[in-house]
Amino acid sequence: MTTIEINEGNDTSVSLPSFSGSSIELKKITKRFGHVIANEEVSLKVEAGTIHGIVGENGAGKSTLMNILFGLYKPDGGSIYLDGNIVDVTSPEKSISLGIGMVHQHFMLVPTFTVLENVMLGNEGSFSLKKGEKTILQRLQKLSSTYGLNVDFHSLILDLPVGMQQRVEILKALNRGAKILILDEPTGVLTPQETIGLFEILNSLKNKGVTIILITHKLKEIMNITEAVSVMRGGKVVANLKTNNTSPAELAEKMVGRKVLLSIEKKESKIGNKVLTVKNLNHLSKDGVDVLKNVSFSISEGEILGVAGVAGNGQSELLDILSGIEQLQRGEIEINQTRLLPGEKWDPKKVREMSIAHVPEDRQKRGLILPFYNYENSILGYQRKERYSSGFLLDKNKILNLFTETAEQFDVRPRNPNISSNKLSGGNQQKLVLAREIESQPKILLIGQPTRGVDIGAIERIYEDLLRLKDSGTAILLVSVELDEIMSLSDRIIVMNQGKIVGETMGSNATEIELGKMMSGLDRTN
Amino acid sequence: MNESNFLPRWVSIGLIPFINLLLAFFVSGIVIFFIGENPLQAILVMIKGAFYYPGSIGYTLYYTTNFIFAGLAVALAFHAKLFNIGGEGQAYVGGLGVGLVCLALDQSINSFLVTILAVCGSAIFGAFWGVIPGYLQAKRGSHIVITTIMFNFIAASLMVYLLVNVIIEPGQMSPETRDFSEGVGLVQIHKLANYFGISIAVSPFNISFFIALIVSFGFWILVWRTKFGYEVRSLGHSETAAKYAGIDVSRTIVLVMAISGGLAGLVAINELLGVHNKLLLGFTAGYGFTGIAVALMGRNHPIGIFLSSLLFGALYQGGTELDFEFSSITREMVLLIQGLIILFSGALAYMMNPFVEKIYYNYFKEPKNA
Repeated sequence: MTTIEINEGNDTSVSLPSFSGSSIELKKITKRFGHVIANEEVSLKVEAGTIHGIVGENGAGKSTLMNILFGLYKPDGGSIYLDGNIVDVTSPEKSISLGIGMVHQHFMLVPTFTVLENVMLGNEGSFSLKKGEKTILQRLQKLSSTYGLNVDFHSLILDLPVGMQQRVEILKALNRGAKILILDEPTGVLTPQETIGLFEILNSLKNKGVTIILITHKLKEIMNITEAVSVMRGGKVVANLKTNNTSPAELAEKMVGRKVLLSIEKKESKIGNKVLTVKNLNHLSKDGVDVLKNVSFSISEGEILGVAGVAGNGQSELLDILSGIEQLQRGEIEINQTRLLPGEKWDPKKVREMSIAHVPEDRQKRGLILPFYNYENSILGYQRKERYSSGFLLDKNKILNLFTETAEQFDVRPRNPNISSNKLSGGNQQKLVLAREIESQPKILLIGQPTRGVDIGAIERIYEDLLRLKDSGTAILLVSVELDEIMSLSDRIIVMNQGKIVGETMGSNATEIELGKMMSGLDRTN
Repeated sequence: MNESNFLPRWVSIGLIPFINLLLAFFVSGIVIFFIGENPLQAILVMIKGAFYYPGSIGYTLYYTTNFIFAGLAVALAFHAKLFNIGGEGQAYVGGLGVGLVCLALDQSINSFLVTILAVCGSAIFGAFWGVIPGYLQAKRGSHIVITTIMFNFIAASLMVYLLVNVIIEPGQMSPETRDFSEGVGLVQIHKLANYFGISIAVSPFNISFFIALIVSFGFWILVWRTKFGYEVRSLGHSETAAKYAGIDVSRTIVLVMAISGGLAGLVAINELLGVHNKLLLGFTAGYGFTGIAVALMGRNHPIGIFLSSLLFGALYQGGTELDFEFSSITREMVLLIQGLIILFSGALAYMMNPFVEKIYYNYFKEPKNA
């Protein structure tokens, strides 16, 4: 339960936690899974009332560490100190009672419940909900006015935008008396404007004495908002730094263990003929929602067209239609002078035959079959190609040889063809998909979220591969929610909001503010 | 993370199933003890009954043959994430295929040819009985579990009707066809041995067993070496990825159910061509259902299916002996032991993992840094 008293009865005065601030220290935390050591003698100290960043590549042990702190895993060694006293965090309940709150990357909310009901969940107070509702509502009002966490307590979660849902998660934690708030990749789903809003809230929490631990892979955010930062690599903390005394380049180098190029060098684009033209594309989702409205654009050889937008504004559906997964309903698509009209048979097989490759947004559900071996995944979608088969049979040796070649060329690690792809890191999974699709020598590449959940080292590599492909004359449609990515790769950028293209700009002169405005639908002058 | 990932292969596919099996036998032993018999003696009787007495191995392998076909049928569907519960009905209708071919042709053409056509007939009729639910699933979204169960009932009623009213041997009461003519059928091994001058005990063990082994090998090729098998497994693991890969999902489902039904249909060749030499009511005797347990235990791999078929075959045969030897133990005891085996090696398959893992790492291996 909570450390805060919930006053019962008619007493309307509600006590909010008074913070003197809590510091937390981890000493030599070790955690093993079988023979894998996820955390090895991890030590770090978070000062009371500060924002402390934790950065590291995927698989560096950040999540394991936070799950230990939140009581989900039991460490094999080491100890945790709260305000200087040793504590034993055996379960999430214990962790909550110690004042540790966690906001997960994927929200833990019941979509069909209201904000109030979600906050109450697990904290109902008594058999009848009435009384609890009243006290919690009062506390919520106080919390939200103190920290600027404005949200309508009576709306359903499913009606709220992601940014608001995140506020509910924060409120949930605060309501349970969190003095230490752990946020796991909180900005992944937010627009730049929402991110600014979140940071304002975090700063105001900090000023009121809440200690915040921010797990992120975005170095810019670390530089902007944290006081101190711990860098993890290979299950160990490799550096504890004051943010003022470091730089993104230094952090990146420590994370990866070698120098990393943060900016990419683009050659002059050699833009050729139009290869893909989309005219007045309209699409109705299965639920009857207009997900695409009069979308028109074209891409040329050797060009990267970036599609910017907050997730869920029609980009995924656009990719699905172009890749043949969804049927064309209204509008027309022209590929290399072949026109496709609604009603014509259109499927991923045909799309591949027209030399269009597709790196899907969700590589784990679509791009790969995780339990398959790497070499098997290296032909997914091309399993009927002659070069992989002899008659009815797949030619295992040919596939293995090709895998070895491409794994080498695209730096997929480990190179072993005979391990299942779910044992690869996110970055290597992505490299595997990308390698397969580029290997088919496409004229057009559709790619969604190329670097979602991918570590910095691999991102650098993926960008290089994409630019090389572009230089060889392939047209690339790049859908991403990462604005930096869109801006640094694209020759041209279109912005989508609620299924419409709301703006278009050249890649070279786009700014984050301008794109952010268009993404949120505020600016439609373009 | 699934913690079983950390154990070496020989432990996870060899040792742990073995421990589960021992546990099942141990609990069965307790039950036998409470019935008032000596569990060790009972086990001895079962083992002798399955492998030692004259002809017992033949009987065990004869049952094994049924389980291999039924197990492969279920396993193939599992690879496409389809739960084919209709093996029983498909086997039954497969029997109709055998019967019709033999009754129609055995008087007019070469009996060897008739036998071959009858084998094909069993597969084709079984396939047909699998395709209908497959088609309904693929095109209409009717759940395969429901439709295959219903098709078991339809098959049973259809066979009763046909055997009682249409293809019954005229002038008799028992719902059976006339015997197929001499020479039609799959030869029994003891007869084959006699032919070569070797004398072995009489049993229904026939060359269907070897057909089952060849089919098992074909199954392995099909699932792991062909383009079609690749697509089947893709579909089984992830339908969204299969669609992305341009795999025609409905077509694959229909084909898988055809082959699965065909495999189940082959149960009929062991029973009708190998033993009874006629089509009769209820010859499938639940083998199709046991195939589900066989496939589960055999982890949908032909080698595993062979081993679990052998185990179930031995249980069937040994169980008959158990019933015979002990007055207080009935044949139902075998069902209980089977149930416990399925419980421990299917439903509770991962129960022992944390325990074994702990022992393994504490006593055998020092964790190394990954």
